[in-house]
Amino acid sequence: MADSARTGPIVQLDGVTKCYNVGQPAEVEVLHGIDLTLEAGEFAALIGPSGSGKSTLINIIGLLDRPTSGSLFIHGQETRTLDDRALTRLRSEAIGFVFQHHHLLSAFTALENVMMPMLIERHLPAAEMRARAHALLVQMGLEAWEHNLANNLSGGQQQRVAMARALALNPALVLADEPTGNLDTKSAEAVFALMRQANREHHTTFLIVTHNNALARRCDRIIEVVDGQIVRANH
Amino acid sequence: MSRWAPFEWIVALRFLRQGRAQTLFIMTGIAIGVGVIVFMSAMLASLQASFVTRTLTAQAHIQILPPEELPRPLRVSTAAVVQAPVIQRPVQRQRSIDQWQTIVSEVKSYSEVTNVTPTVSTSALALRGDASRSITITGIEPAVYFRIVRLPDYLVSGEPRLSTEEIIIGSELARELGLSVADKLSITTAGNTTRRLTVSGIFDLGNKGANQRSTFVALRTAQTLANLAGGVTSIDITVRDLFAADSVAVQLAAATGMQADSWISTNAQLFSTLSAQEMSFVTIELFVALSVAFGIASVLSVTVIQRSQEIGILRAMGTSQRQVLGVFLLQGALLGLLGALVGAAVGSGALKLFHDLVRLPDGGELFPFSVEPVLLLLTVLLATVTGVLAASVPALNASRLDPVVAIRG
Repeated sequence: MADSARTGPIVQLDGVTKCYNVGQPAEVEVLHGIDLTLEAGEFAALIGPSGSGKSTLINIIGLLDRPTSGSLFIHGQETRTLDDRALTRLRSEAIGFVFQHHHLLSAFTALENVMMPMLIERHLPAAEMRARAHALLVQMGLEAWEHNLANNLSGGQQQRVAMARALALNPALVLADEPTGNLDTKSAEAVFALMRQANREHHTTFLIVTHNNALARRCDRIIEVVDGQIVRANH
Repeated sequence: MSRWAPFEWIVALRFLRQGRAQTLFIMTGIAIGVGVIVFMSAMLASLQASFVTRTLTAQAHIQILPPEELPRPLRVSTAAVVQAPVIQRPVQRQRSIDQWQTIVSEVKSYSEVTNVTPTVSTSALALRGDASRSITITGIEPAVYFRIVRLPDYLVSGEPRLSTEEIIIGSELARELGLSVADKLSITTAGNTTRRLTVSGIFDLGNKGANQRSTFVALRTAQTLANLAGGVTSIDITVRDLFAADSVAVQLAAATGMQADSWISTNAQLFSTLSAQEMSFVTIELFVALSVAFGIASVLSVTVIQRSQEIGILRAMGTSQRQVLGVFLLQGALLGLLGALVGAAVGSGALKLFHDLVRLPDGGELFPFSVEPVLLLLTVLLATVTGVLAASVPALNASRLDPVVAIRG
């Protein structure tokens, strides 16, 4: 998607609920009627105590999980009626993920890991994929390690590769689950700076799940979830 | 990453390469399985082919014989007397085929028939000095008969030549009577006809009994010895399609009113032995193939569990269920294909070794060494398909992994 097309709401949730074990005695509702809108170019933190429903919420926004009721729009597209194939397609086009535990593919090098989303998409010629992945790794300061297997990188390096991978297809939205949770201060700072840079340069929307209040305060907006409800969503 | 390889190939190959030890173990397993299958199939095919060749170069595909003589009991039956006739089987006299020239020209008109030749068979005593041996004499027209029974191929000395004064004998008879080419030999039949013939050739059919008893003379000589002037006792025929000999024999019997025996019915025991052998080989091969399939399935199932987190990440990155399915099916196919290629080479090599080391007591080969390219191609193809089928259950499991659960680990 061209950066210039990024205006208006990227994510919109209307009355989203999520229940587990539906219809069973152990039925439990973890999200209660969530209304939330993320505009293009927003840089938001999602905070809340453990078990408050943050991960569930981010999985639903990331189209990895479906809401029990309510509706979710991604870039104006209603997602409730989409089948698994269409959801997969939308996810690959619009959303990038960064997980707490890096989750790189251990059989591939740093460069190949960054190329992976482009390879799945199949739109680009190999040379362009390689060039783009290389440019992203240069941006992350990892060009010297690009041919190292993922397992041979330090935690901070792996997280930066994961960041580059999330940005590979220049998605409108990046969902980051504790991206700095396992990193030392210096690496955490570098990763945060890279996210800020992408947000600034490409108008990419970020939603960052974090327990780190200092980091949350440095975001443009803080969304706080407690017991499956949004208690704060101020700018 | 190669320029053209699609996503599924790249990931499948890389997964196989990363799980090197696992890949190597299962590929060795597949190679051994495929090797056993290739070895057994090729050996069976060679053995069967050599049996059939040996049988058919020493006999006609179809033999037309005069019909059996049947007893005709008188029908005496009144209301008052019940008779229980005791029917004695008549002796089968040596008779000529009635109107054999007509039958020969009729048989020749069949498109399935390739060679037709009349023969005369009779038994006799071969005498030399004080020694005598009982023999079977077959009178032939060499030009056509040698196309049916490749006697010249089996000659160990002399010429495949038969004038009315000559005889071709087996090596065992030659040894027992101290005969060599150009020696004379007396033949006396039950009808007390005696002829002195010159040995023109000595053959070795690879069968002691045949080498002892079978002899060949010119048709006319045999007619004189058998006291069948102008007659023949059988018509030997070859047909285009070996395995259609049975049905052609039925047609010929119906058309001529004579008895027609195909090589398939006269060698029924050989056939049942061959098919029993084939059945046991196929059963063994089937179980080998099954164990290979389960081996592939179990290794890939373990891989899916080991890689579930990575599969989850791939799904989160936009890999479709179909692509995940493709990655694992491809791994199955590649394991099957590569294992089979190695196995085919190992199986062929083992067969060659077996062929060279295991010999007949006389040093001759047990069977001619040949591995049909079609067999190799088919085995490799089958192993690849087996790989895909075996991979289908783990691949389906992988594609159905819930990314949320998979990523959480």
